Amino acid sequence: MDLGVLRTLISRYCAGEENRVDSRTVYIGHKEPPPGAEAYIPQRYPDNRIVSSNYTFWNFIPKNLFEQFRRIANFYFLVIFLVQLIIDTPTSPGYEDWLRHKADCSINECPVDVVQQGKAGRTQSHKLRVGDVVVVKEDETFPCDLVLLSSSREDGTCYVTTTYYAVPDTLAFRTDQEVESLHATIECEQPQPDLYKFVGRINIYTDREEPVSRPLGSENLLLRGATLKNTHHIYAVAIYTGMETKMALNYQSKSQKRSAVEKSMNAFLIVYLCILISKAVINTVLKYAWQWSPDRDEPWYNHRTENERQRPVVIRAFTDFLAYMVLFNYIIPVSMYVTVEMQKFLGSYFITWDEEMFDEELGEGAQVEYVFTDKTGTLTENNMEFIECCVDGTVYVPHAICNGQILSAVKEEETVDGIKRGFHQGRPTSFYISSSPDEVALVEGMKRLGYTYLRLKDGYMEILNKDDEIERFELLHVLNFDSVRRRMSVIVKSSSGEYLLFCKGADSSIFPRVVSGKVEQVKARVEQNAVEGLRTLCVAFRRLSPDEYQEACLLLNQAKLSLQDREQRLAQAYDAIERDFVLLGATAVEDRLQEKAADTIEALHKAGMKVWVLTGDKMETAAATCYASKLFRRSTQILELTKKRTEEQSLHDVMSELSRTVLRPRSVSGLSVDCQDFGLIIDGATLTAILKPGPEGPSAGSYQEVFLEVSRNCSAVLCCRMAPLQKAQIVKLIKASKEHPITLAIGDGANDVSMILEAHVGIGIMGKEGRQAARNSDYAIPKFKHLKKMLLVHGHLYYIRIAELVQYFFYKNVCFIFPQFLFQFFCGFSQQPLYDTAYLTLYNISFTSLPILLYSLVEQHVSMDTLKKDPSLYKDIAKNTLLRWPVFLYWTCLGVFDAVVFFFGAYFLFDNTTFTSNGQMFGNWTFGTLLALDTHHWTWINHFVIWGSLLFYVIFSLLWGGIIWPFLNYQRMYYVFMQMLSSGPAWLSIILLITVSLLPDIVKKVLCRAMCPTATERAQKLTEGTADPSPPDPRRRSPRGRGADSAQVHLGVPEAPGVGGSEPLPHRLLPGQWPEGGGPMGLRSSAGPRALRLSGAGIAYYAPGPETSV
Amino acid sequence: MMASGYNAKEEDGHTSGGPSNGGAAGGTVKSRKPDNTAFKQQRLPAWQPILTAGTVLPAFFVIGLIFIPIGIGLFVTSNNIKEFEIDYTGVENTSACYSCAQNFSWNSTVPCTCSMHFTLEQPFESNVFMYYGLSNFYQNHRRYVKSRDDSQLNGDPTSLANPSKECEPYRTIDQVGPIAPCGAIANSLFNDTLELSYLANGSKTPVALVKKGIAWWTDKHVKFRNPGGNGNLTAAFQGTSKPVNWRVPVYELDPMDPENNGFINEDFIVWMRTAALPTFRKLYRIIQKKADQTPTLASGHYVLDITYNYPVRSFDGRKRVILSTISWMGGKNPFLGIAYITVGSVCFFLAVVLFIIHHKYDSRNSSADIPN
Repeated sequence: MDLGVLRTLISRYCAGEENRVDSRTVYIGHKEPPPGAEAYIPQRYPDNRIVSSNYTFWNFIPKNLFEQFRRIANFYFLVIFLVQLIIDTPTSPGYEDWLRHKADCSINECPVDVVQQGKAGRTQSHKLRVGDVVVVKEDETFPCDLVLLSSSREDGTCYVTTTYYAVPDTLAFRTDQEVESLHATIECEQPQPDLYKFVGRINIYTDREEPVSRPLGSENLLLRGATLKNTHHIYAVAIYTGMETKMALNYQSKSQKRSAVEKSMNAFLIVYLCILISKAVINTVLKYAWQWSPDRDEPWYNHRTENERQRPVVIRAFTDFLAYMVLFNYIIPVSMYVTVEMQKFLGSYFITWDEEMFDEELGEGAQVEYVFTDKTGTLTENNMEFIECCVDGTVYVPHAICNGQILSAVKEEETVDGIKRGFHQGRPTSFYISSSPDEVALVEGMKRLGYTYLRLKDGYMEILNKDDEIERFELLHVLNFDSVRRRMSVIVKSSSGEYLLFCKGADSSIFPRVVSGKVEQVKARVEQNAVEGLRTLCVAFRRLSPDEYQEACLLLNQAKLSLQDREQRLAQAYDAIERDFVLLGATAVEDRLQEKAADTIEALHKAGMKVWVLTGDKMETAAATCYASKLFRRSTQILELTKKRTEEQSLHDVMSELSRTVLRPRSVSGLSVDCQDFGLIIDGATLTAILKPGPEGPSAGSYQEVFLEVSRNCSAVLCCRMAPLQKAQIVKLIKASKEHPITLAIGDGANDVSMILEAHVGIGIMGKEGRQAARNSDYAIPKFKHLKKMLLVHGHLYYIRIAELVQYFFYKNVCFIFPQFLFQFFCGFSQQPLYDTAYLTLYNISFTSLPILLYSLVEQHVSMDTLKKDPSLYKDIAKNTLLRWPVFLYWTCLGVFDAVVFFFGAYFLFDNTTFTSNGQMFGNWTFGTLLALDTHHWTWINHFVIWGSLLFYVIFSLLWGGIIWPFLNYQRMYYVFMQMLSSGPAWLSIILLITVSLLPDIVKKVLCRAMCPTATERAQKLTEGTADPSPPDPRRRSPRGRGADSAQVHLGVPEAPGVGGSEPLPHRLLPGQWPEGGGPMGLRSSAGPRALRLSGAGIAYYAPGPETSV
Repeated sequence: MMASGYNAKEEDGHTSGGPSNGGAAGGTVKSRKPDNTAFKQQRLPAWQPILTAGTVLPAFFVIGLIFIPIGIGLFVTSNNIKEFEIDYTGVENTSACYSCAQNFSWNSTVPCTCSMHFTLEQPFESNVFMYYGLSNFYQNHRRYVKSRDDSQLNGDPTSLANPSKECEPYRTIDQVGPIAPCGAIANSLFNDTLELSYLANGSKTPVALVKKGIAWWTDKHVKFRNPGGNGNLTAAFQGTSKPVNWRVPVYELDPMDPENNGFINEDFIVWMRTAALPTFRKLYRIIQKKADQTPTLASGHYVLDITYNYPVRSFDGRKRVILSTISWMGGKNPFLGIAYITVGSVCFFLAVVLFIIHHKYDSRNSSADIPN
């Protein structure tokens, strides 16, 4: 036993994570098990302290430094810092971390009720230990991961927001004393980050010899941070504490994602660093070449000191090099990071302030190329409405029930549904709560058909049937749903004593197990419903003989109690039990599209993003939703890559055929390329086959290649029948593809979490399926439609702003420092700075940083409305366009040009006295003016800041030069500025030089605009041109024909009211769809868009949903 | 930014997370509906100028139209300025100062003099400024620029006794005392004496040179001050040493005029304002216009008498004397006028080019936009 302890300890402290014991034993209330039952091994667990801040007090400096060095600039700063001995404090991350520290503290110290010696006592959260029994009251937050022991509710459950949790059977305590008397241990797995998986076993020791073992699953586990609802209080035992809680583990696994902007910034910095070093080297070399003659080196008027003379040449050269580095170091925009951080920080407020989407989030969504979206709950409302059910081939629609026909058949159906309800039990109140909206819809639908589910009482489900009789079914077993089986079952005992197994699930998982029933009719109905975009479920049942039932029970219990491979064994057991079904029928539930989902998808499409829908639904259902949401259009040529097809042909053939189809138009020249709009449908099974690294190795890899190639050329891809992990796989696949596109994943459910974590930008929708997705996401939004504004408006603006900010910083520093470099040629390479130190210091801080910061905060090159209306503008900034090398080069050249203009302008135009100060003068005036030119959005703040900066420069110069500063040991600048201002030619020269330095940029801009205007520029023109807003169009609705009895559902998405000429024009309309009479309609003619909308093409464009789905 | 505490991303109503940063608790943000102010919704009234050919074209035309006349005006003004320049370095052996330049020695007690003869073709009408110019003289060398002590020059007695370290190696002379004024700049004060005479009919009429008013007023009255006032300078500078390369101590720079002696000697002040480029000119004297109608400097023969004290040959320097009138725009500077004319023309030219392009593409665009 000692050895065992030793081993445990060793493995805990010395070995890595994988060598740890794979289960832990928790002694509830820290009580030893009765002697002989089991060895009592006191185990050590971390306390319940939470550290989310990155740094602690003592590791702040080294750890922060390491973090900071990930940015090249910071490493550079350190070097400069060592040379210059100026302290560069990493304030911003430190501050944020301090805030986190504070948040941690408040959490760690919040009080918790703990049961000790039969009494509840209060303690601080961070003192909680594994094994403590905790009392949590309503609306309190769970302090760590807990296993529910007892609930104040009679049915032994508790609610955490929408999800319910169950007390393990046979455990029920009412008072502290009872809890204290509990003598049990819990064995469970070691902490792991999967939030929805938990395997454990509780051993309850009673006076009898044999301890009672009960299984624990994720339904017994309460996660840290969640809040207790609708339950007065619960008792629970702590099993994972502190940094071992599942939330914390999840938190840790999220690494910082670095944005493309930052990557570009780093790349540019490297270039500038190279420039800096080469400048310094060039100057050092030239200096020594120039100094070769001693008369130049030390003319009679300028001798060195003895010390300097005696210094070896190598050291002198090195110090010279360093001096040059210091002199030119301003070329690296030191304040850029600060400004960028400030911009991010302040800019995020604009998003939180945004009325239309007030929520927690932050816009860093630019440059996204792939959008992966979940279907249910993301594209759709996840607000299910029961449409119909089909029993034995007869269709029942809730409305039609008034006729009061056919009772017997419905009864059976009703039973089925009743059982389903039973599984998820209800509250005594009239409405039914479930984490699955489908079930809610089913229960509601059944109620409308006349069968009301009353409640689950003492293991009996009660159903009020049409004749107001209460039918009772005893609920015996629940075979839980999982996404692999895609079905769930219940075993019930009817009042007549029959054992019945009812199963509902996806058609594909039910039909193979069906032995009798009206399969054909039901199948046909299911297909039809699926095509209409309804979610279909099949229901089947099986009569169990008592023997069979006993067998099933045994199987299930064995599986449930096993600690290892419980999932697998359960699956096997389920598989053995769920067979030989009699098909009852099918249900159809409609999941409505989210408000403006189609609009959003369309916008994303037009913005040049590729939208992939990843769903677990049936192909037909998913495809219908895709049509409705305009992911596929009527013109889209659908390519299928499904199991059905691969069964007929070999995967290889299908793939090669696909690639031929898709890639063919490419070889054909020009025009036909746009005609083909491909949509790809792939299902999970095929995807597995494609991704599987088959025995042939390289050829399997080529499938991936082909798949990527094909999917890249498709405008929309639908992946159906996806397991959660496959979603992540797809994202990973795309992420790793050649171009390394930026991916965005959006989803609402637990099954999307992996995908959200995998993508560059993970967005969670706070949907009905709980908040797991939102919790794991980078940003959370309430509705899918907000994605549009977030990406197209905030993302776009953010990107434009930050790109301009970055480029401008480089520009202005080149502009500032390049004259210094030129000046070295005129001052004997003596490192004489061209500017006064005060100006050197203040240049970046006060003279030039505020305008650009403000620019980066409020610039709107196109108005937000326009951005929102014309998604194609997004294409202009896709793929990091504004931070690519040509643009960077352009800015740098511009900077060099301006620097040359200033320097030589001053050189030729001025007499010597005012030369130095004039250089600065131009610099500042021009930078200000240039920025003014680039600003398209002049608010009073811009005016204030830009002119304010110039004014500040002037005032500062006046002050600086106007007073003898007693603390300075030199007075070089005294009165220089005033002297200069008083001279006429100085003013003339300033005007001239500013004009010259701005000329190329203006000419370039105008030429580009005239020759090849980007969509953005066109939009600017349009907003400028037409100011009259046309009245908003009446909303176009498309009635959906579903038969006389069904309510009309509007799938067509209402158009956004258009403004004048800036109507969103279909950018990729096929030429064939254009009416002949439409004639040439330019964007510029204001009648164009309106005419277009009246044309058939316009209508077809805006409302393809119904046409395609019927 | 997404690295907010995970507690912040919890259920509604869980508020302990606190707004740690931008991505903070949804609950709190949600409950606090953002203000609908123009600023927060980014809807401030704004002026959106856009650079298009349409707006830029007129601007270019206007710039062209304004710049060209200004340029012409400047050019004409600059051309009206009379300037005469004479090099007296004495590099060529034909030069009058050749022997002085060749035989220069720091130790010689007898100053070497030479005379340069020149002819002014045209009379100089208004005030004439007389400059000396040096080439290849790096007054902007870092070591040189910082080698001064401004507080000493401002008359601070402590700095006088103990000059700043920056002045090394022109700070003190062993056994003699601190140098006043210290530093390389002061040490290398230009000390040639230049005198101008008009030669008429063989007789030599000296031209009156005004040596005051050549320095900035602020420099003379604020920045530079003698220690202990302008009274007894000899006593004030007691215990200091003259700069090594000077021939006279600082209090004898202009013994005649106490307002121009010591640190406030204007020649000295002018020299102390270092030039930014290795070729520079500094104001030496002003020739005031006489009251009557005769030109300041009539055309004719002149002789420039130079006391050659300042060696430049060792560093291949040049010494010049420049006589120049000035206008409202300062000295002769044809470059500014030319630059204005050039820029104006370029703008004009660009305006024409843009005009053509604009029209060409405009018509093309309106037809090319349709497929989109």
